Amino acid sequence: MTYTLEGRTGTWEIVCGLEVHAQVISKAKLFSGAATAFGAAPNTQVSFVDAAFPGMLPVINRECVAQAIRTGLGLNAQINLWSRFDRKNYFYADLPAGYQISQYQHPIVGKGEIVIDLADGTTRTIGITRLHLEQDAGKSLHDQHPTKSYIDLNRAGVALMEIVSEPDIRSPEEAGAYLAKLRQILRYLGTCDGNMEEGSLRADVNVSVRRPGEMYRTRCEVKNVNSIRFVMQAIEAEARRQIEVWESGGEVQQETRLFDPNRGVTRPMRSKEHAHDYRYFPDPDLLPLELDPAWIAELKAHLPELPDAKAARFQRDYGLSAYDARVLVAEQATADYYEAVARGRDPKQAANWVMGDLFAALNRSGRSIADPPVPAASLGRLLDLIADDTISGRIAKQVFEEMVETGADPVAIVEARGLRQVTDTGAIDAAVAQVLAAHADKVAEYKSGKDKLFGFFVGQVMKAMAGKGNPALVNEALKRALS
Amino acid sequence: MTAPTDLTIAEARAALAAKRISARELAEAHLAAIERLKDLNAYITVTAERALADAAAADARIARGEARPLEGIPLAIKDLFCTEGIRTTAASRILGTFVPPYESTVSARLWAAGAVCLGKTNLDEFAMGSSNTTSAFGNVVNPWRRRGENRDLVPGGSSGGSAAAVAARLCLGATATDTGGSIRQPAAFTGTVGIKPTYGRCSRWGIVAFASSLDQAGPIARTVRDAAILLREMSGHDPKDSTSADVPVPDFEAAVGLGVKGLRIGVPKEYRLDGMAPEIEALWRQGIAWLKDAGATIHDISLPHTRYALPTYYIVAPAEASSNLARYDGVRYGLRVDEGGDLDDLYEATRGAGFGAEVRRRILIGTYVLSAGYYDAYYLKAQRVRALIQRDFDEAFRSVDAILTPATPSSAFAIGEKQDDPVTMYLNDVFTVPANLAGLPGISVPAGLDAAGLPLGLQVLGRAFDEETVFRVAAAIEAAAAFDALPQVRAA
Repeated sequence: MTYTLEGRTGTWEIVCGLEVHAQVISKAKLFSGAATAFGAAPNTQVSFVDAAFPGMLPVINRECVAQAIRTGLGLNAQINLWSRFDRKNYFYADLPAGYQISQYQHPIVGKGEIVIDLADGTTRTIGITRLHLEQDAGKSLHDQHPTKSYIDLNRAGVALMEIVSEPDIRSPEEAGAYLAKLRQILRYLGTCDGNMEEGSLRADVNVSVRRPGEMYRTRCEVKNVNSIRFVMQAIEAEARRQIEVWESGGEVQQETRLFDPNRGVTRPMRSKEHAHDYRYFPDPDLLPLELDPAWIAELKAHLPELPDAKAARFQRDYGLSAYDARVLVAEQATADYYEAVARGRDPKQAANWVMGDLFAALNRSGRSIADPPVPAASLGRLLDLIADDTISGRIAKQVFEEMVETGADPVAIVEARGLRQVTDTGAIDAAVAQVLAAHADKVAEYKSGKDKLFGFFVGQVMKAMAGKGNPALVNEALKRALS
Repeated sequence: MTAPTDLTIAEARAALAAKRISARELAEAHLAAIERLKDLNAYITVTAERALADAAAADARIARGEARPLEGIPLAIKDLFCTEGIRTTAASRILGTFVPPYESTVSARLWAAGAVCLGKTNLDEFAMGSSNTTSAFGNVVNPWRRRGENRDLVPGGSSGGSAAAVAARLCLGATATDTGGSIRQPAAFTGTVGIKPTYGRCSRWGIVAFASSLDQAGPIARTVRDAAILLREMSGHDPKDSTSADVPVPDFEAAVGLGVKGLRIGVPKEYRLDGMAPEIEALWRQGIAWLKDAGATIHDISLPHTRYALPTYYIVAPAEASSNLARYDGVRYGLRVDEGGDLDDLYEATRGAGFGAEVRRRILIGTYVLSAGYYDAYYLKAQRVRALIQRDFDEAFRSVDAILTPATPSSAFAIGEKQDDPVTMYLNDVFTVPANLAGLPGISVPAGLDAAGLPLGLQVLGRAFDEETVFRVAAAIEAAAAFDALPQVRAA
């Protein structure tokens, strides 16, 4: 169904495209050997190149290029064998050289696409216009001193991938789904950690509105939105603002705006913040980037399985539902965990345990799937104990809780606590006889037709056996004794 | 016996090896000469202590029999090369107190070859100029005088300090850089030899950038052989400079004695300018005759886009410079003029006070030609013309092995003589600029004196990475010219 907004004068559609800046996972910066770890003390990860000292020259970091290629391949995009770095010139205190090295005219990655998953179970394909490599700037800190700004250059020169979508997005939900899917792919590829709080993934949102069936109207860019939720809110807020402008007879001006999450509105950036003539020109310190097709093929051969392919395989090979498959591939670590449990076991039972008991345990303990309270191998051994009738499913829940608490192995817990289920029919028959003798009145009632009491007898026998009786054998023995 | 300051590098090398002279004696003689002729203003910074320490180390190595190729040879470094722990100014107020914590690749190679550091030579501010009059540290005086005149003449630029120091015997050789003629023009004005090698032959790492696609380091020396000796040590691939070429460095000195028999020398008709001084034209004809006598064949060639080279250069070079010089903003190092305003005020005050008039002019030109609406008409068109100029040379070098031209359209001029109009000044580079645009090697070799007794140079251009042929031709001219005139102001 098409998402629309109702104005005073009728129905409006949203047209939206995203520009995402994704910080490349690499040990060193795009053009210098300085480190890139987040959270280091200010100005401790700065080389003379990053600080633009006289005579310093950029040298491209091959690993950053490889990451951009991997990402392009993950987005089913065209990899350009020839690309070029340009200088984007502007003065700012946290831009040491007075220019940012970026790929303006000739990006390393061309057209691609992302399939997004929507809440109603449908999918849509969003086009990728391009991906290019560029340097990040440093950070200006304006709150450290009453009259001065402080500069931290740790981030200056860190490699970013700017990933630009086509204006194919038609609703806040689609924008959220796009960002979520992009982040998932980047994480699977290991090319960006996708951490929006730390700023390693930032989005600029281009929004315009139109009457159904129209061509595009003027768009505005909402810059630096730093969570998926805020992206969705910013799109709706900006769309509503534009509708109000159009409907009151005005005209939307193309401009750059900022989203204020506290007030839920966008506001224009000060004109000074963006009124630049960037004077782009090819960076004469760098040769054009020419790629060897053999290298691209090699990178392609080593790409990990991506979420869509993995979900399809989970449905095909493990017989999972589309929903379960999507939940289990949301994160690479979850998918890996699930497969470690499911391999050689009942895949549906494994899915139920992972999505049920394990996820609940993760929620309670606040731990992540990458650092689970119960290792996949342990959960697997627990399922083996169920499969070989060592314990019942009910006892297994109890054992699992203890595994979460103590980290102990399920086999050890079952042995230590004597939880191994009883399959000795003699012992079961004895327990049945004892229970029936103790409840002669109920036996009489049962025999006069009160069938429901069968469950009562089962419960009493299990209680007498401390829960360890094999449920099927207990049932059989009771039926025999009561017939 | 020849005074230590009059030795060539080849002679000094032999004298040091034979222990007829020590590195210490060589260094002391030069330091004394620098002190005595400091009115030439060839040096911005003299590193006497460092020179003596280097010399002592060199003498020790020579004594141990471990001499390296330039062991004990006292050299001067253009103050555009960053030198670790030694102030590096680019002759600008904005870097007036800047002490780099790193050493440029080229100077590091020279020290690793055993050279002795005498100091840092003067230049036009940020290497922008053809007269060494734009330096924030004052102009350099050419050691040559017009016959019967006592007026100070310019040494050319931008490597005017290096050229004057070599000519006046204040060092045995010097590093220089050439963006549009900054090695060859001052060499021609001072009767010295200067070679701009192929773009990519020497690393640009650690050299204060002027125009990255044109800048190239090279030596100035008193003989072709000395220039070849120095260039070999300065050259080589550097992974820290993406534009540095990964090609082998030949033994340039070995090429010097090979002669020119059978070489095909091109003479481009477009270099014959209207109103060119007759003695420049005569010198050119003389050069042609010398090479013919030495066994070369002479061929008329055409480089049809030559006349666009200068305007192209004065778009490309300022464009790159306007961006390269953006880093001098008063934020991290160098001059900061903080008058308490906002960031834009800091930029304006710092850059207004830090840059001289010529640098400001080129930043403005460069900013203009890259601006929205002008980029296509200027920068983009200039890049296209640059490609045509390169193609002219490619065509020409199919039929010739080297090209002979005058180095400059005139001899050295007096300070102030050409400063009424910047364009007249820019015309100094008319013969040298094409080699920068095409990235080709070019050498200026002294070939004679004009009527006023001032040196004139001939220029030899070669194919990319064929400096050997350039040296062969230059050596033939040097031998035929037997240029032995001396500047009026000199040591010893």
